[in-house]
Amino acid sequence: MFATFYPILFLFILAGIIAGVFVFLSIFFGYRTKLGRKGDPYECGLKPQGTTKDPVPIKFYLVAILFILFDIEVVFLYPWAVISRKLGLFGFTEMIVFVIILLVGYFYVLGRGALKWE
Amino acid sequence: MDLTSASINFSIIYPEISLLIAAALILVSVFHKSANRIAPYIALIGIVVSIAMIFKQWGHQESGFFGMITCDSFGVTFKLIFDVTALLSLLIAHRYMISKGINRPEFYALLLISTMGMMVMANTTDLIVIFLGLEIMSVPLYVMAGFAKRSLWSSEAGIKYFIMGAFASSFLLMGIAFIYGASSTTDLRRIVADFHFIMSNSPAYMLTGMALILVGFGFKIGAVPFHSWVPDVYEGAPTPVTAFFSVGPKAAGIAALLRIFIFGFANVMMLSTVFWVLAVLTMSVGNILALKQNNIKRLLAYSSIAHAGYILVALTVGGNDAISAAIFYLVAYIMFNLGAFAVVTLMETRSGCKSDFSELVGLAKVHPYLAAVLTLFMFALAGFPPTAGFFGKFYIFSAAIKSGYIWLAVIGMLNSFLSVYYYLRVVKTSYFDSSDKSFIPVKYSLSIIIVLVITVIGTLGIGLFPQQFLNWSQSALFAFL
Repeated sequence: MFATFYPILFLFILAGIIAGVFVFLSIFFGYRTKLGRKGDPYECGLKPQGTTKDPVPIKFYLVAILFILFDIEVVFLYPWAVISRKLGLFGFTEMIVFVIILLVGYFYVLGRGALKWE
Repeated sequence: MDLTSASINFSIIYPEISLLIAAALILVSVFHKSANRIAPYIALIGIVVSIAMIFKQWGHQESGFFGMITCDSFGVTFKLIFDVTALLSLLIAHRYMISKGINRPEFYALLLISTMGMMVMANTTDLIVIFLGLEIMSVPLYVMAGFAKRSLWSSEAGIKYFIMGAFASSFLLMGIAFIYGASSTTDLRRIVADFHFIMSNSPAYMLTGMALILVGFGFKIGAVPFHSWVPDVYEGAPTPVTAFFSVGPKAAGIAALLRIFIFGFANVMMLSTVFWVLAVLTMSVGNILALKQNNIKRLLAYSSIAHAGYILVALTVGGNDAISAAIFYLVAYIMFNLGAFAVVTLMETRSGCKSDFSELVGLAKVHPYLAAVLTLFMFALAGFPPTAGFFGKFYIFSAAIKSGYIWLAVIGMLNSFLSVYYYLRVVKTSYFDSSDKSFIPVKYSLSIIIVLVITVIGTLGIGLFPQQFLNWSQSALFAFL
């Protein structure tokens, strides 16, 4: 009975390995500094202390919200990939249209320079 | 369910697709240096193509996307209404945006996407797709309200509209969830087919669901007691955006209300009492609060609440006469309200103007024609013959009396009398008041003149030939459901 859940167990293990590898890689290859703001608590690029009426840097939010948008694209691509054979050409063209619509958004974001960090 | 594209039937969403393509082109054009200049023209072409597509759909009764999207006379009529609104708002906006230094291509893309959302909302019998359309419509509206981002007022309007709108959307979604819980489908056609069975099985769920849906749309059309956001948002938003707000989302909300409550749940007796109370409150509060306003945009905001009330009278009455009267009124209202907003926008294009009443003083001496046009729109808003406003009200109230809602008609007419005071105050200020400050002349632009000509012809044309327009709006009654 448990055999049906082995893929999920496998997924857990795989996720653990990938996450662990990235953490360890950053320990070995990462470049570290202990100066300045490093010790402050970090919350989306906001200053941790001071009044609430100062202008707030929105770079983090921009990147975060764009990430969510394009992440959703992947969420839709997965179920399509699973039954793409059944859907055939129709599903393929629908997905192309969907990706083109998102690409328009991506070009707009590039055109407005929303992904430039500096 | 078969997944062949034959049952998709793309041809029923060509008007939406042409708007979407135009919006996409505008968004991609930001790479180009002169994007600001070409964006309005792309938008204009998109809307014109969309209108042409709508005329091709005229008279067709089709459905597609596995029954999720429908194409019936009712929906096509509303598509045309939305496109005309978008076209006039675009023409009103163009010079204003340049004069305020906020002429960015995004504005035109947002306008098109929002219009597309309205079309989706009016052309479906599925509650989830109605919600989808509502969100496609609303999200660009939130951004448009805060479009003048250097202006505190505009930012406030944007945030306020966003919070209130998101709140209202959640009510609507909860209502849809309740109805789904009772009927296990979101397709209105199936709900209506099994209506008595569902209603006798789980009346509490159905009624709660309907009430929540009504609250959600009440927010969108600015019905009292869900109107509190209207004046602030209308005042703060850039004036052309306010013009678009005052008709576009309202027409879309009315379309959805008509489809859900009049074509759909028509046989629930309790609903007409709810609509009765809503209509009376909306008319009265809108008109009474408008009496004390000293800002023209705020005045028009309260007046738009009152006009939503008149349309709610038609929804209370139900039946073919009242629905065609409601559609007639909406078209007439679009004409004279957008005309009035065009004049206000023209006044505000002068630097440092905030649409206070005092800025109107001397208008008639410097621009006699503009003052005459403003007077015509005010007369139409107040409902004087021979303007479109008179016949709009006449048909609604006569439908109410025919169906036995005499008190409702009486309250509506009393409200109409009340509104004459504040509309004529605008006329009086522009013609008879004097002040020590001299009137700064306004600069006409071609686009505003086109809008004024169209709206004047519309206001007078509908007023002089009401029967033709009534026939036209009666032809819109053929709807699925």
